[in-house]
Amino acid sequence: MLFRPNPSLGVPIYLQLMEQVKHAIETGALRPGEQLPGIRPLAEELVINPNTVAKAYRELEHEGVIELRHGAGAFVSAAGRAKKGTDTLRAAQTIVAAAVERLHARGVTDEEIRRLFEAELAGLTKAAVPAGARNAKEKEGHRG
Amino acid sequence: MADPHVIETVDLCKRYGTTDAVRGLTLQVPAGSIYGFLGRNGAGKTTTIKMLFGMTRPTSGAVRVFGLAADESHSSVEIRRRAAFVSEDKDLYDHMTVEEMIRFTAAFFPRWRRDLEERYLRAFDLPAGRKVKALSRGMRTKLALLVTLARGAELLVLDEPTSGLDPAMTEEVLQALVQHVAGGDTTVFFSSHQIAEVDQIADRVAIIDRGRAIVAGALDDLRERYRRVQIVFDGSAPDVTFRSPGVERIERNGRVLSVLSSGGAERVVEEARALGPVAVDVLPVTLKEIFLESVVTES
Repeated sequence: MLFRPNPSLGVPIYLQLMEQVKHAIETGALRPGEQLPGIRPLAEELVINPNTVAKAYRELEHEGVIELRHGAGAFVSAAGRAKKGTDTLRAAQTIVAAAVERLHARGVTDEEIRRLFEAELAGLTKAAVPAGARNAKEKEGHRG
Repeated sequence: MADPHVIETVDLCKRYGTTDAVRGLTLQVPAGSIYGFLGRNGAGKTTTIKMLFGMTRPTSGAVRVFGLAADESHSSVEIRRRAAFVSEDKDLYDHMTVEEMIRFTAAFFPRWRRDLEERYLRAFDLPAGRKVKALSRGMRTKLALLVTLARGAELLVLDEPTSGLDPAMTEEVLQALVQHVAGGDTTVFFSSHQIAEVDQIADRVAIIDRGRAIVAGALDDLRERYRRVQIVFDGSAPDVTFRSPGVERIERNGRVLSVLSSGGAERVVEEARALGPVAVDVLPVTLKEIFLESVVTES
């Protein structure tokens, strides 16, 4: 099964599904022009609400990742993100994979890694540095 | 014109003697949704469902199904024709065989879907010749579900449909419900105290506690709005209040301040930064946590 959202994660299922579709495109598991499973069969297969699948597809179409062709189903867009980003993202994935491996080696758990990434992306780490701590990165252009 | 809300209650109350079973319940169930009605045992779920079908009359407030007043007897008949109900006890006739039970039920419903009957008979692997009283609990549930799904009803109301079922059976039941909704214009309203199954198939949810809906809305919307912000300090956490809208709960525990927000994390994080913390973490909040927090806060 290509997609596997986890309902008890606390993250909206449609967002998980969107990420998983994008990931499948980025890794090449889904290629431009290829058809995605229909809303109904996918909902039945994953045992999730069909409205949730429909919402994910709508949002993906809005972002230009897929195309919804009337009566025919959903297809991976030929242009846009998939084409442009593949190489960059493959390279990025290598970096992330290496970082995750090193963190695992230090005994950092998956959950901790996930939180660190989220905090980093949300820009929380800057605020979290204690007043007295020295951090080379913080020296330039730091404003309270 | 079709009512956008298949079920609507406004400030609904039911009092039994001196006990308030339902206290000012307001709900809106849109057409085409799978609506999870979540609450602890005795929260008022069954009483509410009974009022939907005119099986018990509200003390005050309004209850409408398909836009019809459920507490008026003539509209109640119409509601029962268009909506199907499976009680927690899975009311079936014990002396009949599975086949007889199906034929008996089919005779009452002109819109009976033979195709669905056959599909679920196969999918559920029900023994057609066995007496209902000899069925296992899981088989009984599946039979009750079959005779309900095959009615071609616009609305299915299920009271604790998976209670007492093992995980494999539960999955089969959930699968059948998703399949059914995906296949047509059906709305499902089901009560449960199993958070995981509501999480899995519902797109909307209401958490009811002591007769009142304390949280209600689209599940993905709740998942997006609820955040826990954990703030770590150098010394013991300060005793502060937050002005950000949606702060539901603040807990101080040693050096850690934990803020539960139903209005996203951004504003809380902004306020937290001003307190000079050593770390700020934003965590997603699961439906289970929302349930436990909101039910506990009330007591």
